[in-house]
Amino acid sequence: MAVEYIQPEYEVVRNQERCIVCRVCERQCANQVHEYLKDSNRMVADDSKCVNCHRCVALCPTRALKIVKSPHTFKENTNWSGKAISEIYKQAESGGVLLSSMGNPENYPVYFDKMLLNASQVTNPSIDPLREPMETRVFLGAKPERIERDEKGRIIRSLPPQIQLSMPVMFSAMSYGSISYNAHESLARAAAELGILYNTGEGGLHEDLYKYGKNTIVQVASGRFGVHKDYLESGAAIEIKMGQGAKPGIGGHLPGEKVGMDISRTRMIPEGTDAISPAPHHDIYSIEDLRQLVYSLKEATGYKKPVIVKIAAVHNVAAIASGIARSGADMIAIDGFRGGTGAAPTRIRDHVGLPIELALASVDKRLRDEGIRNRVSIIAGGSIRSSADVVKAIALGADCVYIATAALVALGCHLCRSCHTGKCNWGIATQRPDLVKRLNPNIGFRRLVNLLTAWQHEIKEMMGGMGINSIEALRGNRLMLRGVGLNEKELEILGIKHAGE
Amino acid sequence: MKRVYVNEKWCLGCHLCEYYCAFASTGETDMARALKDIRINPRIRVEECEGISFAVSCRHCPEPLCVKGCITGALRKIDGIITVDRNRCIGCYTCILSCPYGAVSPSEDGAIQKCELCIKTHEGTPRCVLGCPNGAIVFEERGE
Amino acid sequence: MYRNVSGCAISGIISRSGKRFSGERIIESVATMRERSNGLGGGFAAYGIYPEYKDYYAFHIFYNDNAAKKECETFLEEHFDIINLSRIPTRKIPEITDEPLIWRYFVLPLPTKLAASQLDEREYVVRCVFRINTGIDGAYVFSSGKNMGVFKAVGFPEDVGRFYKLEEYEGYCFTAHGRYPTNTPGWWGGAHPFSLLDYTVVHNGEISSYDANRRSIEMYGYKCTLLTDTEVIAYMIDYLHRRIGLTLDEICHVFAAPFWSTIEGKPKQEREELKFLRNVFSSLLITGPFSIIVGFEGGMMALNDRLKLRSMVVGEKDDMVYVASEEAAIRIIQNDLDRVWSPMGGEGVIVTVEGVKN
Ligand code: SF4
Ligand code: SF4
Ligand code: SF4
Ligand code: SF4
Repeated sequence: MAVEYIQPEYEVVRNQERCIVCRVCERQCANQVHEYLKDSNRMVADDSKCVNCHRCVALCPTRALKIVKSPHTFKENTNWSGKAISEIYKQAESGGVLLSSMGNPENYPVYFDKMLLNASQVTNPSIDPLREPMETRVFLGAKPERIERDEKGRIIRSLPPQIQLSMPVMFSAMSYGSISYNAHESLARAAAELGILYNTGEGGLHEDLYKYGKNTIVQVASGRFGVHKDYLESGAAIEIKMGQGAKPGIGGHLPGEKVGMDISRTRMIPEGTDAISPAPHHDIYSIEDLRQLVYSLKEATGYKKPVIVKIAAVHNVAAIASGIARSGADMIAIDGFRGGTGAAPTRIRDHVGLPIELALASVDKRLRDEGIRNRVSIIAGGSIRSSADVVKAIALGADCVYIATAALVALGCHLCRSCHTGKCNWGIATQRPDLVKRLNPNIGFRRLVNLLTAWQHEIKEMMGGMGINSIEALRGNRLMLRGVGLNEKELEILGIKHAGE
Repeated sequence: MKRVYVNEKWCLGCHLCEYYCAFASTGETDMARALKDIRINPRIRVEECEGISFAVSCRHCPEPLCVKGCITGALRKIDGIITVDRNRCIGCYTCILSCPYGAVSPSEDGAIQKCELCIKTHEGTPRCVLGCPNGAIVFEERGE
Repeated sequence: MYRNVSGCAISGIISRSGKRFSGERIIESVATMRERSNGLGGGFAAYGIYPEYKDYYAFHIFYNDNAAKKECETFLEEHFDIINLSRIPTRKIPEITDEPLIWRYFVLPLPTKLAASQLDEREYVVRCVFRINTGIDGAYVFSSGKNMGVFKAVGFPEDVGRFYKLEEYEGYCFTAHGRYPTNTPGWWGGAHPFSLLDYTVVHNGEISSYDANRRSIEMYGYKCTLLTDTEVIAYMIDYLHRRIGLTLDEICHVFAAPFWSTIEGKPKQEREELKFLRNVFSSLLITGPFSIIVGFEGGMMALNDRLKLRSMVVGEKDDMVYVASEEAAIRIIQNDLDRVWSPMGGEGVIVTVEGVKN
């Protein structure tokens, strides 16, 4: 087409003084931005193809590259931003729904950044995690409301199935298909090493990863891909995915190009076909139906595995969670609107759902008001970015958090948000063998272990500062939080006081 | 003894190892200055064929054919590492012909060059290994 | 509403054989630790003091004025059979001022009301106490157990003891509290001990798990109106002991649970039990420094936090057991001790009176 409506967002800037023409950038960019000009023995770049993933920048041995935002601009207009205009151009050209990936990047408040933690001074000593035990172990699962004793008066220790974690963090669902085998292997091995769980996502479980079953949550989503008895039995817990924070109300779509041999086997669908999971589970149109699925899964696994129900944080999340807590589920996973995805319609990603902080606070409160908080554990996800976010989520009332984007970032993801193209230069959101290879699980799993080990140290330090030496004393301990720059209503929903109060 | 081993499964064919190798021998501190406008002649080479790639460098064989073949004694095995005394090398290239891995090559000044595990230029892990982004070459002890 | 934090002095004395003795001694003990209090609150719990009314709940109530009293008495009449009522005898002393109206009632639930409520008797009493304390402005029930009573006020504990003429009461167990609040409303009801039925708690420390414990216990119908650690701990004891049926020993393992590393080293049966308790009652774990003395019908329990961040000493002489924040507070009333020790962090000391089951 002769008219170029859309101009490149980024410029690839090469310092020719430093470029030694090693052509590493050219080999590493799956978007074919870089090109070697033989005649002049120089490298050139086509900015229009660059997605700003930093692969070339990270591998250039002489640091000759940087990617900058193009100064090219539309006439200033706060209402009609450059983004809004470009999106119209795109749709006028394609006639299609805009697609994007990863979490909501728009400028909504991040409540985690508007909450501050407490520390002890004078009246209550802080505790040094290097000198005193500092415990982060948690158990997830329903707790009994009364105890029974045997004829000798000893407590009968029968409990609904529980999961033990070394720290209150798990890897959230990312399906094999949306991410690569190597990414999955890295997550599985890291979970095993750390004593936590990872989640298969909706694409089934590759047979080579069954050995990490003790550390696996197997997911059952509306597409039911790869779901069979052995699959259900292979994990430590089963998750029913009702929704996902990045795209509430929308199912999944894995394009046929990504469905190669291994994925087709794992998902139990023909090679090359699109894997489409419907928006609802077609056997769940109400809370009673959910109860039936919860119990069928329990029945199928002999009541030995806890069942998690995962929902997207939407407007009446508290009422929904209360329904789930009464449905026999052992845990509720709430996914905030900043949660990531391999592909979602842009409008849905950017305009539907709730921040996890508010959703979590209101669910925890609702379940307590109804006296059923102990019937379920709450797992909060949807953009937990650091150990401070973990601590704040626990203090708001979560038993545990789910991380996914943070885990991918540890594996090299640069949040270029192009997962839906299938050409992830970091070997994560791709199935192209030459790209998948770029993520060596031996390195990947180590990086994940490092990340969470570091977080665990930080969590302990923050807990010690608050004079808390066991994580359960932090759960729901909202007095440890203060808001900054929040209005009355926000403080009320979060159930916290303002800083200075 | 620690050696460089190849995990071709993880080799990306990026050729970074070659550049780090070439850089190591320059003694410079900045790669851009060291290698700008230079056609490199590294001691490690990436072989590529139909999507498979791997880096080849001297194996430091227990029974080194190059050492056996060297007519001047320029090549010697010292502490398990096959090293070259460039002053003694007369450029007959018998070693190049006899190395089954093609790990010996001529240098610009006529004497041969080969991987000496960076012992003459750096301490510790060879530079190619440090520069590999994907763990496709490793420096480890694996027993004989 | 703000949470009150405080550091304090506590003391307790019990006769294992159930021998009754005068309140004089506990006053003497807690007075020794005067620098641990700041005159902003003191109080006592006394057990075995109303033998003539031992089958009746003894309500001690503060009233701001006669209107509150009238309203409360109407409520009491509707729900209870009142056997006896009187002002609690006090002595005018310059150190204690601004006293509210302080009344005592011996009551039993009205059988018809109790039957209609379908609650067990103790739960019925608890609910009525909550209704008065949260529903009737200016009325506050600060003691509601049988054959026991709480006496508390704003002031130094020894003055509070003299004010209430504690030396004229005889009981088999007394506990005392001198308060050093870092923030105080100066309200009589806010002094310690805190009690519900016959459970009383005196506490020294500041617990970091406060809000986790509070939010958890409120789920079971308790309302924490005073925002003090002591109140929460009292409710937690009531919940675990009366409602869930845990033993005091088990409660110690919930409040000051052993570290996982310690649990892992225990024999299987014990390990599994400790693990069960920690898992199931995880929200009732108390962290941060505390030492508490819990009084209950027929006994007394002392417990330290798991790191032992607050001092607590136990002494024994014949059938008497003494617990205090400082050894001096024991020595002043009994210097000739058979045994003195500092219990380890998380190690509960439970003393029961012979012949009383607990
Ligand atoms: S897409 Fe990535 S690798 Fe390619 S030029 Fe842009 S930043 Fe570099
Ligand atoms: S990787 Fe860097 S040095 Fe190599 S060609 Fe690209 S820009 Fe030049
Ligand atoms: S996973 Fe890959 S494609 Fe997706 S955002 Fe991260 S780097 Fe980009
Ligand atoms: S640096 Fe590593 S990955 Fe790249 S070509 Fe060399 S051995 Fe292969």
